[in-house]
Amino acid sequence: MDTREAVRNYIIENFLFGDAEPLRGDDISLLDEGIMDSVGVMELVAFLEQDFGLAVEDDELVPENLDSISNLVGFITRKQAA
Amino acid sequence: MCGICGVVALEAPLDLPFETPERMIGVMRHRGPDEFGAWRDDHAFLGHARLSIIDLVSGQQPLCNEDGRYWITFNGEIFNYPELTAELTGLGHVFRTRSDTEAIVHAYEQWGERCVERFNGQFAFAIWDRRERRLFLARDRFGIRPLFVAEQDGRLLFGSEIKALRAYPGFEPALDATAVAEVFTYWVNVAPATAFEGVAQLPPGHTAIWEANRHGNSAPAPLPPGLSIRCYWQPEFRSAADDHRHVEKAEAEKHRQEIRRLLVDAAVIRLRADVPVGAYLSGGLDSSATAALIHSETDHHLKTFSVGFSDPDFDETEWQYAMAEHIGTEHVTVKVDAQDIAERFADVVWQTETPILRTAPAPLHALSGLARSENFKVVLTGEGADEVFVGYNIFREAKVRSFWSRQPDSLRRPALLTRLYPYLKQSPPEFLRRFYGAGLDAPDDPFFSHRPRWKNTSPLVNFLAPRGVEAAAAGEAAGRLLHWLPSDFDRYGPVARAQFLEMTTFLSGYLLSSQGDRMLMGNSVEGRFPFLDHHLAEYAAQIPASLKLQSLNEKAILKKSVADLLPANILQRPKQPYRAPDSASFAGARGRELVAEHLESDTSLNHDVWNLQRLPALVRKWQAGRMTSVRDNQAFVGLLSGRVLEKDFGPGFEHRLASLRLTPDELNWRGD
Repeated sequence: MDTREAVRNYIIENFLFGDAEPLRGDDISLLDEGIMDSVGVMELVAFLEQDFGLAVEDDELVPENLDSISNLVGFITRKQAA
Repeated sequence: MCGICGVVALEAPLDLPFETPERMIGVMRHRGPDEFGAWRDDHAFLGHARLSIIDLVSGQQPLCNEDGRYWITFNGEIFNYPELTAELTGLGHVFRTRSDTEAIVHAYEQWGERCVERFNGQFAFAIWDRRERRLFLARDRFGIRPLFVAEQDGRLLFGSEIKALRAYPGFEPALDATAVAEVFTYWVNVAPATAFEGVAQLPPGHTAIWEANRHGNSAPAPLPPGLSIRCYWQPEFRSAADDHRHVEKAEAEKHRQEIRRLLVDAAVIRLRADVPVGAYLSGGLDSSATAALIHSETDHHLKTFSVGFSDPDFDETEWQYAMAEHIGTEHVTVKVDAQDIAERFADVVWQTETPILRTAPAPLHALSGLARSENFKVVLTGEGADEVFVGYNIFREAKVRSFWSRQPDSLRRPALLTRLYPYLKQSPPEFLRRFYGAGLDAPDDPFFSHRPRWKNTSPLVNFLAPRGVEAAAAGEAAGRLLHWLPSDFDRYGPVARAQFLEMTTFLSGYLLSSQGDRMLMGNSVEGRFPFLDHHLAEYAAQIPASLKLQSLNEKAILKKSVADLLPANILQRPKQPYRAPDSASFAGARGRELVAEHLESDTSLNHDVWNLQRLPALVRKWQAGRMTSVRDNQAFVGLLSGRVLEKDFGPGFEHRLASLRLTPDELNWRGD
């Protein structure tokens, strides 16, 4: 399973309870669309740490890294390359 | 305190289906197990379940005036009834009992629909005028007492609880996806809606008339269209300019003294009863203040009750005992754990009659059970103080967000939010800004204060069938709420606006019902709320907001008003929201059984209400112990309660009713 699919599956299962319909694209804001709340961000970070073995720093906790599927995929790719 | 119900047919003679009184009264026998009364003529049936508190000997209901023209069934208390009785006697009315019920009948005879303006109390009642063939319904100012209505085959049904209406043969209202969507956004149904299709609540502070050829203000749906309603009271606040003016020390001191005087009056008048009156003690400021006032101002021997939790994260027992010791009350506690919450849950939902997003009502059900087992039928509580004196975080949040909206790019201003919600310190600041910044560009939006809460809750709607999702998107409930706003609402400041919204939605729709009346009456205990005395609440609404929320110090003037009565640690203690463990409560055997029955058995799931696709993943997340966010917990408790409700008010209703229906010997028919 590639990164994009893994991220998408996690969001659908964990935040949307299997219902993919509200996830209308890889660039929609998870926060603005109400898919994830501010506490949900912490669940998301735990997922990145566990499933991708990333160490996420405090200053990386910004929407540019975490607020859409595309941003997440970009963030994971950059971290893995580093 | 009691349960009331009735059926009225204006046109045709009223033929009641078999066992109608036995069913309608019996199903809410918990509200008044002491006596069951009924009365009828050719057009109306009135029923009553009595919890005897005032005039134990002659206060049976329904009762009538001198000439038998007006018949009443009444739930509640009119605390100023001795004064009213004296005034009405002076005006020539003849009393046959010394009950507050009879005072209402004569007050209606004397002053008509506006009689309610003279009542200091908590009430829901119906008066049938035999001569004019007119039904008059009334509900107290804050909605402490419930009153539901529905129309069935041209007949008006009314009752203290929805289950009384449901017990009318042939009336089978369904759980309504659009109404559940409201609860899944606003936490409550905005009056006059309820969770059931075709069942309405009379809004707080309203009276209603049902008679032939009435041409008044036709009532908004789902109230029956022929019902004419009238608002006699709603909270009124001062303008924003008044909230911010400089208040001289002497003026602040005058307010402090007046609040103390009004609070003493409000508490003392609520001790009027012919049975012992106790009090709840939560460990917080409000109930401590009430108990301490009674102790210092009266010779009433007070017994106090509290609920504790086995889980130390929720437990406040230490504070409760410290306070009880400070004022010297005899104090008893009931300890609740997760297992108790799961055991009670179905009975709790049977009483709330609405889906609930938290389990917090369940421990209060245990608490009223404790009071009742100690032979107390009446308790005072601190409910209402947070709305009247600005205690909740949502008010502080409104103030911070309003301040922030004037400098939307500021980094310091939103950081104040972590003072309100310390747990947010773990949340990335940028995400915090995005979440609480919702609606920041529209500070004049009347719902500015509540947008973040509603936005954070509303994704729960996706657990509902398309009808519910569509209704939420259409925003019909927000329109209904807009309708209740006073004409000068736009002149209110941010705190007063938030107070009005909170009183109109969460106070009456949840705190006073799901956590109040229903949990108390479920064990035949009456709650009385000094902070909701309208003289006190009206006074508090008219003083500048800066005295109530001083900087971010909540209930500042109330604390000053009772400072001499309370230990410093209670007075200075940060407010702890009352909570109970939510989805974690269902991990034991009974909890798993509930989940299996209501969330996992596909065959009985109703496609008109629920989105079946989402349920398995929700249950999986719960089973994996990964429900950390508030929203997940709300979804879980909301779904579980909704499913329990659907069954008990649908196919399971007759089973519930079977053990509750009155036997003919239990029912006491009243004559002229």
